[in-house]
Formats: sequence, C-alpha cells, structure tokens
Amino acid sequence: MKILVCIKQVPDMESKFKIAADGRWYDNSDLVFRMNEYDEYAVEQAVRLKEQVGGELTVLSIGPDRVKETMKKALAMGCDRGVHVADDTIAAKDPMTIAGIIAEYAKDQNFSCIFTGMQSQDRGSGQVGVLLAEMLGLPAVTTIVDFAWDGDLFSVKRELEGGIKAKVTVQGPALFTCQLGLNTPRYPTLPNIMKAKKKELISLPVEQLQKTVILQETERLYFPEKKSGGLILEGEVASLADRLIGILKEKTAVLA
Amino acid sequence: MKVLLVAEYREGKLLGSVNELLGFAESLTAETGVFLVGKKDNLPKFSGRLYLADVDKHRDYNPDGHKALLLQAVEKEQPDLIVFSHSSYGWDLAPRLAFALKTCQISEVVAVEGNSFVVPACNSKLRRQVKSLSAKTVLTLQVGAFQASETGGEPTVIDINVEAAPRISFTGYEAAVGGGVDLTKASVIVSAGRGIGKPENVAMIAGLAAALKGEYGASRPVVDAEWVEHNRQVGTTGQSVAPKLYVACGISGAIQHLAGMKKSEFIVAINTDRDAPIGEVADVLVVADLKQFVPVLTEKLKAL
Repeated sequence: MKILVCIKQVPDMESKFKIAADGRWYDNSDLVFRMNEYDEYAVEQAVRLKEQVGGELTVLSIGPDRVKETMKKALAMGCDRGVHVADDTIAAKDPMTIAGIIAEYAKDQNFSCIFTGMQSQDRGSGQVGVLLAEMLGLPAVTTIVDFAWDGDLFSVKRELEGGIKAKVTVQGPALFTCQLGLNTPRYPTLPNIMKAKKKELISLPVEQLQKTVILQETERLYFPEKKSGGLILEGEVASLADRLIGILKEKTAVLA
Repeated sequence: MKVLLVAEYREGKLLGSVNELLGFAESLTAETGVFLVGKKDNLPKFSGRLYLADVDKHRDYNPDGHKALLLQAVEKEQPDLIVFSHSSYGWDLAPRLAFALKTCQISEVVAVEGNSFVVPACNSKLRRQVKSLSAKTVLTLQVGAFQASETGGEPTVIDINVEAAPRISFTGYEAAVGGGVDLTKASVIVSAGRGIGKPENVAMIAGLAAALKGEYGASRPVVDAEWVEHNRQVGTTGQSVAPKLYVACGISGAIQHLAGMKKSEFIVAINTDRDAPIGEVADVLVVADLKQFVPVLTEKLKAL
C-alpha cells in the first residue's frame, strides 16, 4: 500500500513566546522546534499500517530547512522516504494554500491512505487534512481515536463530545485526521535513528507546487489578558503554601 | 449582513450549541437563517428562515450528504457568513463547505474585532486576529465563547432535500466509558495535568485531594497516557464540573479542559509557566514546581 503522512514542525508549546517585529507571528529565534503532537499519532498509525500490509510510506512536510530535523524523527519512527517542500514563508500561508501545495504533490502519486494530525498546535485551524482530501476527491474522516484495516475496509472511530464515539467505515483511498490518544507513538531507537540518516529525503521548491491564492491574512498576534483580579503567587514553597491556605480560608468555604 | 448558522442534531436531539450561534448572530445584528439536519418537532427558537433536512434520511454523520444539503441552503440564502460550532461536527463539515465555495474558513473564533475575527494560537497562549479576503466567509466558533441567545421565536421552515451518495458509512455510536467517579458531585476537585511528569505522582495529587476532602481528576494527556482512568477526565471529552474549589496541578489549560472546569467557583492553578493559558481562568496562579509545592501544601492542610 502507498501511504502518505503529512507532518508539521511547531515550536515546543512550553516555550516563552515573543511576538515578531511585524506583530503578525511569533519570533522564531530562541524557540525549540518539534513535531506537532497530533502528527506523532499520525506517523505512528501510518507506520503500523505499513508494518501490517507492507508497501511504501512517505512523510511530507512544508517549511524552512529546519523542518528536515523533524522529518528525520518520522523517518526514524519508520517512514521510508521524505518529501520536504522548501518554503521560508509558510507562516504567512493559509490552510487552503497549504492543502493546495500538498494536493499538487500528491495528485499523481496514487496514495491509498493519507494521515494527518487533526490540527496543528500553533495555528489550530483543523482544516488542512479535510481540504487536502476534498482537493484529491477522497473521503476524509476526522478526529479518529481508533483505526483498523481488514484488507478491504477502513474501520475507525471518531471522537465526539462527552466521550461518545461514532463508528465509521470507509473504502480506500481515504484520508484520516488523527486525534491525541489514537495510539502510543514510539520513540525512535538509536539503530533506527542511524538508519534514518540513509533514507531518501528530497527537497522540492514550493514555487513548483503552489497554485492557489491566499484567502485570509493574519493582522496581529498578541498575548491575551489574564483574568482580571487573578493573583500570581511566587516565592519559596513553604511561604507559598501558607499564603494559599490564607486565601482559601478567606475566599472559599472548603477549609471550614 | 446575512448569516447562515449550522445547527447540530445528535441521537434524536437538537444540540443546545445553536443558541450560542444565535447569540453570535444577534451580537452582529445580522439577518439570520439556520440550517439543520434534524426533525420538525425539535427546532431552534428564533425568528427567521430554517432550512430543514430530515435526519432519518440523511443520518447524524454523513459529510457528503450534509455538504450537498448545506450547499443548497447557501445557494438559496446567499449569506455573508456561514457559521458552525467548533465541534466534532463543525470542524469536520466546515472545510468541506469552504472548499466547495472556494472561500476562506476561520476556525475557533473567540471574538469579533471590527471586520476581523480573533482566534487562539499556540495552545491558547496567544491570540491571532485574522481577516477574510473572500466574499463569503466560513467560521467555526469556540464553544462557550459567545453568550447564548434567549430571544426565542418561531422559524419559517423551508424543506430541503438533495441526494448525494455517501462514501463514508456511519454505523452507530459507542457510549462513553461510564461508571466510577461522578466528579460533578464533588465540592473540591484537584486535577493532574501533564506537568506531574510521571504516573507515580498521581498519588501525590490524590493525597492533596484527600487533604481537601475532595476528589482527584485529570486532564486529557494524563488519561491518554493511562496514568488515570477515563472516568476521572475533566473537559469536553470527559466530565464538565463546577466545584467550589478546583485546583489545576501542572495543567497548561487547553480549551477542551478549560471548557470543562471554568465555571468552578474558585480556581487555583499550580504551574511553572506564568504564561500558561490556565492563568486566564485562575483566581490564584501559584508559580511553582508542583512536585515540591504539593507535598508541602498537603502536609500543612493536614495539620490544620
């Protein structure tokens, strides 16, 4: 089976973010980058499917040169080859444009199964996977938390609100967007990290693949206001505990 | 301004989220239409046109069919905005519609700023103001971000029907993992987040909960990692709670978690990160390493 998994490199969300000089995005310096968390589940599921049925698993990512580091992790997890779309201005592109770039690459490749994360941690639009499927004319199932292939049909479960799941079957080729908890993403082993260095990782210029116009623009990125009247306590733990107990006695009835 | 709101229907019931969509439309003083794949005996209460398709025929989940129906409603209504809840139904269907109409979609809107929309970024640590460059715009609204409408009224029903062969077969629901702990009855809840670091530290959180005569809960990553059972999960995919005191330990504050606990009467967050989004709802943010702070706090509470 020919399988594609699309991943995004994002900043570690624990980072101290700073707003970039143009006020429209975060400042990239001093950030640690990693694989979008949702995409780790997508890669793991893609690798498991490939291990089950054989074939070839391609990992694709768009962005500046540094995203190749994240792609190497996917290769070390078990992807066979990497396609890097070189683009230094990815942050200014909207979901329709990004999906269009991937669709332009994927349209002649006859992938039987495509995985993406259900959303990215930085932009969180949750659109790219579904748009990609629409562009390729494939059925898409979003937010999957369970996945199986029986040789004929994909059987998946979608996560709904309140812990309820919807059971869904679909004939391939199809696209799935992966929710947290779908599986347990593996850690790459040292031998697999070494092996990954020898795997094919090609770069394509984005100009070759971008066909659509941009439909939305970010005007401003900023920090939200904290709860008004919210108190921030800092200091040594014993005195912090005393201060917190004092506040709980004053403001709540739970210590009565 | 004309808006078309996309209501949701699941397992025989109209979902209440439509009232937030109606509230959003009212805040824009927009002419309002609603689209629903549902039933005539369970309609949203508003004054305007309701485009209704029969759920018995089109099912609860059938993206190909619902997209075709919605496109018909858009064709008749010609709205400027097509508005969904940012829910498992909305984020699934909205991009399909945006692609069919070749329009911009802006996801998880929390506020309107002039002609632009504000959405969260970077796990809710930041806000992003976005402008649509297309004539029509598709929006999904963050659940809980807009005040529900209580205006009421009677819609004028316009039946719609269109055949589209579904490529996806919806075969039924699987009920939530039930039983165990009913957190909604606890007056104090102490919840563990990813910041607890390892499963052995769940006992420390349970110990603090016991010292406060409450229950312990957990955020999604801790449940996904199987450190705590699902029946203790707080958030949109777990339980929604509103205790007298909620203590969030090492929880960054993803919207799915905040939606399940922000109605608590008093919220204490313990986190090493001052900028964690949990700070937006916390009455007190204790900036500390919970592994050092929680045992000390627990001992002092026991000594009271």
